[in-house]
Amino acid sequence: MLLQSIWFFLWGLLWAIFFMTDGFDFGVGTLYPFIGKSDRDKRVMINSIGPLWDGNEVWLITAGGVTFAAFPQVYATMFSSLYTPLMLILFALIFRGVAFEFRGKIESKGWKKLWDTFIFLGSFLPALLFGVVFANIFQGIPFDGDGIYHGNTLKLLNPYGLLGGILFVLLFLQHGANWLNIKTRGELQQRTIAVSKKIWLILLPAAVIFLIASYFATDLYANYFKNPALFLIILVTVIALFAIRFFIAEQSFFKAWFASALTIVGTTFFGIVGLFPALYPSSMDKSFSLTAFNASSSPLTLKIMLGVVLVFIPFVIGYQAWAYNFFKEPVTQEDLDMDEAY
Amino acid sequence: MDPVFLSRLQFATATMFHFLFVPLTLGITIIIAYMETKYAKTGEEIYLRMTKFWGKLFLINFALGVVTGITLEFQFGTNWSRYSEYVGDVFGSLLAIEASVTFFLESTFIGIWIFGWKKLSAIAHARVMWIIAAAGNFSGIWILTANGFMQHPVGYTIRNGRAELTDFFAVIFNYHSILQIFHMLPSGLLLAAFFIMGISAYHLLKKQHVDLFTRSFKIALPIGLVCSIFVAIVGDFHGVNAAKNQPAKLAAMEAHWETQARAPIVLFAIPDEKQEKNLIEIGSIPRMLSFLGFHDFNAIVTGLKDIPKDERPPVLPVFIGFRTMVGIGTLLILLSLYGWFQRNKLLESPTYLKLMLFSIPLPYIAIEMGWVVAEVGRQPWIVYGVLKTSEAVSPIAGTQVLFSLIGFIVVYSLLGAIGFYLMIKYAKQGPGTEAATN
Ligand code: HDD
Ligand code: HEM
Ligand code: HEM
Repeated sequence: MLLQSIWFFLWGLLWAIFFMTDGFDFGVGTLYPFIGKSDRDKRVMINSIGPLWDGNEVWLITAGGVTFAAFPQVYATMFSSLYTPLMLILFALIFRGVAFEFRGKIESKGWKKLWDTFIFLGSFLPALLFGVVFANIFQGIPFDGDGIYHGNTLKLLNPYGLLGGILFVLLFLQHGANWLNIKTRGELQQRTIAVSKKIWLILLPAAVIFLIASYFATDLYANYFKNPALFLIILVTVIALFAIRFFIAEQSFFKAWFASALTIVGTTFFGIVGLFPALYPSSMDKSFSLTAFNASSSPLTLKIMLGVVLVFIPFVIGYQAWAYNFFKEPVTQEDLDMDEAY
Repeated sequence: MDPVFLSRLQFATATMFHFLFVPLTLGITIIIAYMETKYAKTGEEIYLRMTKFWGKLFLINFALGVVTGITLEFQFGTNWSRYSEYVGDVFGSLLAIEASVTFFLESTFIGIWIFGWKKLSAIAHARVMWIIAAAGNFSGIWILTANGFMQHPVGYTIRNGRAELTDFFAVIFNYHSILQIFHMLPSGLLLAAFFIMGISAYHLLKKQHVDLFTRSFKIALPIGLVCSIFVAIVGDFHGVNAAKNQPAKLAAMEAHWETQARAPIVLFAIPDEKQEKNLIEIGSIPRMLSFLGFHDFNAIVTGLKDIPKDERPPVLPVFIGFRTMVGIGTLLILLSLYGWFQRNKLLESPTYLKLMLFSIPLPYIAIEMGWVVAEVGRQPWIVYGVLKTSEAVSPIAGTQVLFSLIGFIVVYSLLGAIGFYLMIKYAKQGPGTEAATN
């Protein structure tokens, strides 16, 4: 029981880290066509995430891989029932990844425009779809005892699902704008600061509506009422949300970025804690739900994987933090002149 | 629309496409790391330009490798959910280790390598490439260990209606995986060596950047020579292993129908699965198959007729795939050997240089064909002897798979075309002049 519960939270943590890290890449990519006026602006923007996006994306692969290892049945049922949205996400990520690499390789306006579009779509679509999908998981997915899916993709676009999508997009936009505040200077920075303030004004009501809607659309709060101390998670998340605005006003951009990172982690954990012990709840019948206890791997596999994760994930966090620190300075002309820059 | 057939087609498309890019990454990162170390140690400008030139080609290739890999990680869940439930306990952990141990290293440090030229000392920057090379090859080791389990499952027991792990070390030290690792990783180096020699030959033929490309060629040549021989030797072990553990695969590789002692090898044939015989057979070497399979000229080799019909793999692709791979393998040894004797008069051997230029695709073809042998030859099993491919597929609609399959084919051919176009463009353009690299 304990082992499975630990794995449940590690599973949640990996998704949270993925949203926290690749989240600002998605945000930057979504803001990209709107803030980046000149070609130089655009290059500053993609080079601001250039060294980091690939490492961030691996958190998705790891989240997927760990789901496979620790909860194979969840991996199987989740990804086969969410076939179409997942494929859309993957294709979007394919285009985003090559767009960074290809964009600067041929000097032509039309060519750059083409990949600009893909950078936008490849960032916006995953942000939106992850939100839609996770909100739907919070509500429960229509699958039966054999793991067979009885819904269809369009039904994912219900009001609560869409609300989740909008919330995720806004969270990532905020996080991305906060990153750009750190990585840009001059006129472009003035623009990103203004935008980061505007986004916050929309993010705040969206987050409040989502919290309220969750009460009516999902069972997430059941765990919270059972154990009111858990409300702390929501409290911390809300404080972090306000801290973002405070730190932007203070021009403490690093702190603002940490605050938006914490907001994203808090939002994810709001849902994960509410789901416990279900990883993938069925909306057809509670007994079909896949939980940490009925869908996990054998104790031996869980133990081996726990060893691997406990040794390597802190190590990964360590060198990724080092890499972030290494690239924390604003993007300069010298950076853009480098042969390998995007 | 049969989701099994479509999912197989989709998986094959996706892996084979991923594998157009992975082997170059595996091999060339090692060679680039060597070049860059040389620069850091000697301070000779030419090695820096060399590193940058090959590095640029590598990065285009790398981008495609990364984006095509992501879809694979999820396809076990999307398309093979029954498989994932059944063997996830063993197989999932290997994929998870691959991601958390090696992909992170590789993709984080690639960012540092690309954007860290000015921020790191030359030797530190070279070490970053060594880390990338090691991480890439280690990820290959993990994925091959996963694949080895599918080829030759060990260290598990059937419990709770699924395969559960009982012995992790048996899985890691699976003999089949080890053979695959020792065959695959050198074949990545081999491919990279031929890639470098081929492109160098192009420039040498045009007599441009002669010093840089002569040196590149000479760095790649011994690697190509050693690896081509090594790959062939381990390939022979693979054949012996198949004879023992996967007799159906061996029989399909050789289009061998009748069980017999002192079995001959046929060089060329047209197998006919309906009539259970070869329509045409050309060139037969007596007793050779017995020798290759068992290292004994008198050994008995099982024929396809003695394998139940529903446990036979498709013969034609396996047979052709094997012949193509071995043919190319032999050719690559000869090309490297000849090159070794020409190594100090490359400019005077335009015919050889042309040959090397046109040989660039050969290792690519050999590698793809090798996988066809390994994977199609494993059919109808998805996990050999344990689970059939037809029982492994997700309970999803064929139309869904059809749409994603079309998506894969369209998107991948487009991106692949652009990727190779860009690689060719930058390969032809050649390295920057000395001033431009500073
Ligand atoms: C440049 C690439 C290359 C070259 C020259 C060769 N191979 Fe190979 N071969 C591969 C690249 C490869 C591969 C793509 O890497 C495979 C697929 C699975 C694997 O582990 O390696 C493979 C698989 C593979 C298999 C199937 C293993 C299985 O069932 O899992 C056999 C029997 C051989 N090889 C044998 C040979 C022989 C006898 C060669 C003699 C020259 C040879 N290969 C050259
Ligand atoms: C990267 C090199 C690889 C290539 C080119 C490759 C190629 C193929 C091909 C051609 C098939 C289709 C066989 C058929 O349907 O008749 C296939 C199937 C499959 N392979 Fe691979 N494979 C590769 C590596 C792997 C690895 C490393 C794994 C596991 C980790 C794997 C797992 C599978 C699975 C699950 C299927 C689907 C079921 C099936 O049709 O057998 N493959 N692969
Ligand atoms: C069929 C099973 C396979 C799966 C699920 C898979 C998965 C992946 C994923 C998710 C990535 C992206 C990593 C990133 O973002 O950095 C990737 C890239 C990579 N994969 Fe695979 N892969 C498969 C087959 C293989 C095989 C057989 C090898 C090696 C022998 C391999 C070696 C690599 C390498 C070296 C990369 C680094 C990027 C590049 O290709 O240049 N993969 N793979």
